[in-house]
Amino acid sequence: MSTLYTPPAQKKNTIEAEHLDIAAKFEHDVQKYNNSHPEAERLVLNMGPSHPSTHGVLRIVLELDGETITKAEPDVGFLHRGDEKIAENMTYNQFVPYTDRLDYLAPLANNVAYALAVEKLMGWELPPRGQAIRVICCEMARISAHLLGLGAFAMDCGAMTVFLYTFTEREKLYNLIELLTGARFTTSYTRIGGMTRDLPDGFIPGLKKFLDEFPTRIDEIDNLLSRNKIFVDRTKDIGVISKQDAIAYALSGPNLRGSGIEHDLRKVHPYCGYEKYDFDIPIGSVGDCYDRYYCRIQELRESVKILRQAIDKLPSGPICYQDPKNTLPPKEAVLTKMEELIHQFMIVTQGIQAPKGEIYFGAENPKGELGFYICSKGGGVPYRLKIRAPSFVNLSILPKLLPGNMVSDTVAILGSLDFVMGECDR
Amino acid sequence: MPTQTITSHATQVCQKIQSEFPGLIEMRPQFRGETSLRLLDAEKIRDISVFLRDKLGYDYLIDISSVDHENEEPRFEIVYEHYSLSAHDHLRLSCRVSEDNPELPTIADIFPTANWHEREIYDMMGIKFRNHPDLRRILMWEGYPHFPLRKDFPLEGLPVHMPDGHFTDAAPMEGGPFVTSTSDFAHEAEPRSRTPR
Repeated sequence: MSTLYTPPAQKKNTIEAEHLDIAAKFEHDVQKYNNSHPEAERLVLNMGPSHPSTHGVLRIVLELDGETITKAEPDVGFLHRGDEKIAENMTYNQFVPYTDRLDYLAPLANNVAYALAVEKLMGWELPPRGQAIRVICCEMARISAHLLGLGAFAMDCGAMTVFLYTFTEREKLYNLIELLTGARFTTSYTRIGGMTRDLPDGFIPGLKKFLDEFPTRIDEIDNLLSRNKIFVDRTKDIGVISKQDAIAYALSGPNLRGSGIEHDLRKVHPYCGYEKYDFDIPIGSVGDCYDRYYCRIQELRESVKILRQAIDKLPSGPICYQDPKNTLPPKEAVLTKMEELIHQFMIVTQGIQAPKGEIYFGAENPKGELGFYICSKGGGVPYRLKIRAPSFVNLSILPKLLPGNMVSDTVAILGSLDFVMGECDR
Repeated sequence: MPTQTITSHATQVCQKIQSEFPGLIEMRPQFRGETSLRLLDAEKIRDISVFLRDKLGYDYLIDISSVDHENEEPRFEIVYEHYSLSAHDHLRLSCRVSEDNPELPTIADIFPTANWHEREIYDMMGIKFRNHPDLRRILMWEGYPHFPLRKDFPLEGLPVHMPDGHFTDAAPMEGGPFVTSTSDFAHEAEPRSRTPR
């Protein structure tokens, strides 16, 4: 102990060396103790189901050794509503509102994914204007979902301001969605074979104005976080997912691309005419929380690019697929013509007459690959509709990812995975 | 069902699988450009999963679904959606298990993502996956006695009262569900109030 009291100017190095010695000795003692008592001093900590960073109702049972996680056991299902059972008991069009409630941060994208899945079963393809409107829907949903994901992630890491910035922008987008669909959250915009209505007056100018202002806001958010010492320290090299793990656990969306795998369904299996748009796929290199965060920031920029092209090239013409026996006729015709009235009645009461067969369709949603497996035995009702929820699959990596990290990193990792429990639990 | 021409890649893959597992694979007609294979013996699912992953490059297991074909034998179908990230190719593999012995080997150690999917199928359909590392319910609560996605489970649910205090009641349906059903006869296909089975 006497060395500690010698003047620092002369003995500085010795003191540092001594501190290191003490630290190493302490570490050694802990190791020795742990090795001889494998079950000693493990604390089981319950996190959730109502925890601000679980973004919904996710419960994780953490087993801790000091502050280090040794075991993590996620518990999901608190929001289980039996959507798949409900789907078996209604016609295809009746299920559209239920898709709003899957990923409730991007309802428009869910509507489009579901409609495309049933249209694949029917073998339909929308006219160009309908496809362009769907692209606009998907990208607006992506921007609003990423804005919330980024804001919440930053807030979990202690940066409160960003959340307020992103919510201001999200509000503008929700005003546009309200103009488009009549609802802010539960949009139910698509029908099998089209959309409920065409773009309203004032929508395109409104979206243009938003797109003119938004890139500056992305830069602001980027500046607030990307070189922010606290944020970078909390996310760099935390929660690293290797390429192999990302594939083995079938992650999708920015979580997969953050690990450096260039896989985007909009590029590899284009739907809605995505092949006609010029955009890049941002990918990460390390697979840590920061890479996943930065992929989302870049995806915002790419979405703006796609939206601009969609507005510029917006074709005119019909928005719905035409099949008199199976698609809803225009309302004016229903109110004035006999044939259309009969068709409307048959389609609404008995549903679209789908062929027998099974299909899987996956769409690139903000959270990842939202897929629908539909097993049809003919008629207006799906025999089985399975929802491949990206959040459910992305969360399944937690037991592998969390152990070895500190408790405080859990919030950063959860924030970077950006999941929604409504979709996970279905 | 329109039978489309089978793409050459799908044919090659099928030939490879068929030569590796002779007599076990049945190719189903292509529908909407998707390749579907049926594995006739569910016990071989592990071998074929390893073969698909290591030899044919189907390294990404998108999803596992289950279908309850009521009144058919074997009753349950398990559907694996395989995907190759390098070839950008989708392949569906399905197999059936019977109602008397709803059990097949797990592939959770081959594809870690299968862990939760298999738990969900066990939870919803009651199909057991042998040697699964942690086969518990995942969406319903532990100890729930029914399998809700089976076709004989009513839409409104069944009342359950457990001695430990957990309970569920059947949902009030107010004469419903007013749903349509698949039928060639109009009076059956119309949406009507149907008494629950």
